[in-house]
Amino acid sequence: MSLIEAKATQGHVEVKNFALSYETIDGAVAAVTDTQIQVKPGEFVSIVGPSGCGKSTLLNAVAGFLKPTAGTVTVDGEEVKRPSAERGMVFQQYSLFPWKTVRENVEFGLKMRGMERSRRERAARTLLGLAGLEAFEKHYPDRLSGGMKQRVGIVRALATGPKVLLLDEPFGALDAQTRVIMQQILTNMWQRLKISVLFVTHDIDEAIFLSDRVYCMTAAPWTEAAKRFMEAMTARPGSIKAEIPIALERPRQQSMMMSSEFLGLKRGLMSLIREESLKAMGGEITDLGMQGLNIDLHGQSLADVL
Amino acid sequence: MSSTALARQSERETPAITSEPSTAPEQPASTILPFRGSFPGGVLAARWFRLNKERLRAALIGAISMVAFLIVWHLLTKYRVVFFVRFTNVPSPLAVYASFARAIHDPRFLMHVVLSCRRIIFGFSLAALVAVPLGLVMGRFKLIHEMVFPVSEILRPIPAIAWVPMAIMLWPTNEQSIVFITFLGSFFPILVNTLHGMSLVDPVLVRAAQSLGAREASIFREVYFPASLPHIFTGLTVGMGVAWVSLIAAEMISGQYGIGYFTWEAYSLVQYADIALGMIAIGVLGLVSSLLIRLVGKLAMPWGRT
Repeated sequence: MSLIEAKATQGHVEVKNFALSYETIDGAVAAVTDTQIQVKPGEFVSIVGPSGCGKSTLLNAVAGFLKPTAGTVTVDGEEVKRPSAERGMVFQQYSLFPWKTVRENVEFGLKMRGMERSRRERAARTLLGLAGLEAFEKHYPDRLSGGMKQRVGIVRALATGPKVLLLDEPFGALDAQTRVIMQQILTNMWQRLKISVLFVTHDIDEAIFLSDRVYCMTAAPWTEAAKRFMEAMTARPGSIKAEIPIALERPRQQSMMMSSEFLGLKRGLMSLIREESLKAMGGEITDLGMQGLNIDLHGQSLADVL
Repeated sequence: MSSTALARQSERETPAITSEPSTAPEQPASTILPFRGSFPGGVLAARWFRLNKERLRAALIGAISMVAFLIVWHLLTKYRVVFFVRFTNVPSPLAVYASFARAIHDPRFLMHVVLSCRRIIFGFSLAALVAVPLGLVMGRFKLIHEMVFPVSEILRPIPAIAWVPMAIMLWPTNEQSIVFITFLGSFFPILVNTLHGMSLVDPVLVRAAQSLGAREASIFREVYFPASLPHIFTGLTVGMGVAWVSLIAAEMISGQYGIGYFTWEAYSLVQYADIALGMIAIGVLGLVSSLLIRLVGKLAMPWGRT
């Protein structure tokens, strides 16, 4: 009990003056520039933005897979240098070890910590029970549905008792119905465990429904210099454009997604992202492209026109 | 430490979440209908027949084509057909059977078989013991790859038979040089396939292991090795085939015993039936050894789809 309450004071993620760029033959290409975010202990924070805006890059830096080119990433004041079990990660691709059963997958982090077999078996069973997966402990991942795989993935990341849970579009590959259930399971687990969560998604509904706070991240607009190097530049650096607190009460219900409060937040976020995306795509959608969009086919099918 | 905290918590409040997943539409089909209850024998037999129809069909067709092969062989030799190829001196199946019935009571024939098998076991096992670890290490450490790969690429295209003179010079006894040639034959297929397996390891699994606290040695043991196993076994199967090819060639050129020597000797002594007997024995031994490897592969990789 005391351990669990103590947790709410842990897991303070701070990203300051963050920038990350890749070396290419044409010089450095910035993926993310000038970004500050923070996740307070026990808070559920989402980063929402279109694909290619650098949100996964930012998350991977918090996980410790990528090193920032500038700025700092700290958890509870300690700088992030390499991946660690302190920051549990759930990936968009199913990342269960196919050669381990569901229970062995969940045990993995505890095994790495050197916990003895009987203890970690018991711990894994309890955790699987928490997620309603006890009946499948002996199954290989191959035989699970996508939703179940991600549930096991979340349980596996939680098994080591991390300070922060990082999720990179974890439900992106799931169908809409399963996704809704998974969102409820995730909020349920988060509320019981009271750990900090940083959640990356391109789904605005999902971000609002789950979060205490939402960061809106988009790629920067095309500069004149960037336009000149258009062939070489496929990505424009992303940065945080807005920070929106979500004041919806908890526990959240499915029905809230129809409330005027929810829809208001959604409308705001959508227009923000749309505006930024259009600005950012300035180099891609040229005047000619816009003209193309306006061609009236007079009700004919494409085949008739051609 | 914190996992026990999770464990304690779950004991208090499991029902809330365990009831939710059960409504999730994601149970694998195979677990929905457990195969319980007793069926009357007739129903069971009928069901078994329906499920295994394809296999029965394949076995039946296989048997028919084998019989057809024997009949064609019999007719070709009976009428001593000469049509581009000459069947004048080719032994008939019945003659081969007669020589087989004699040979299985002949300790010298059995000794030939046993000696060939022993050479295969030594040569192949050595190759597996060297090539698999070498492939794993080359796949993981760039420096070792850069050092070993160019040499192996030059040696690899040299057929094992071309090594015969060199092997005789290198090794003090005939037996050792034959084992060496068998070793060389199976070495490269195993090495190349292991390397290929290492190059296909999903990087997400490596990152997942890292974020669960795994360090280099554990990642090697728990991720890279099991992930490459399917390709390692492909390499072992191919390597076993090449090991037999190399062994028979070596025995024919420099041997004193062994099934390859037996076959070549039969030709010198104008015992035509024994030629075919030797050939069939080689075929059967090759088949049995590759079946053995497949069996070991299945036991070693219980997670694969069957």
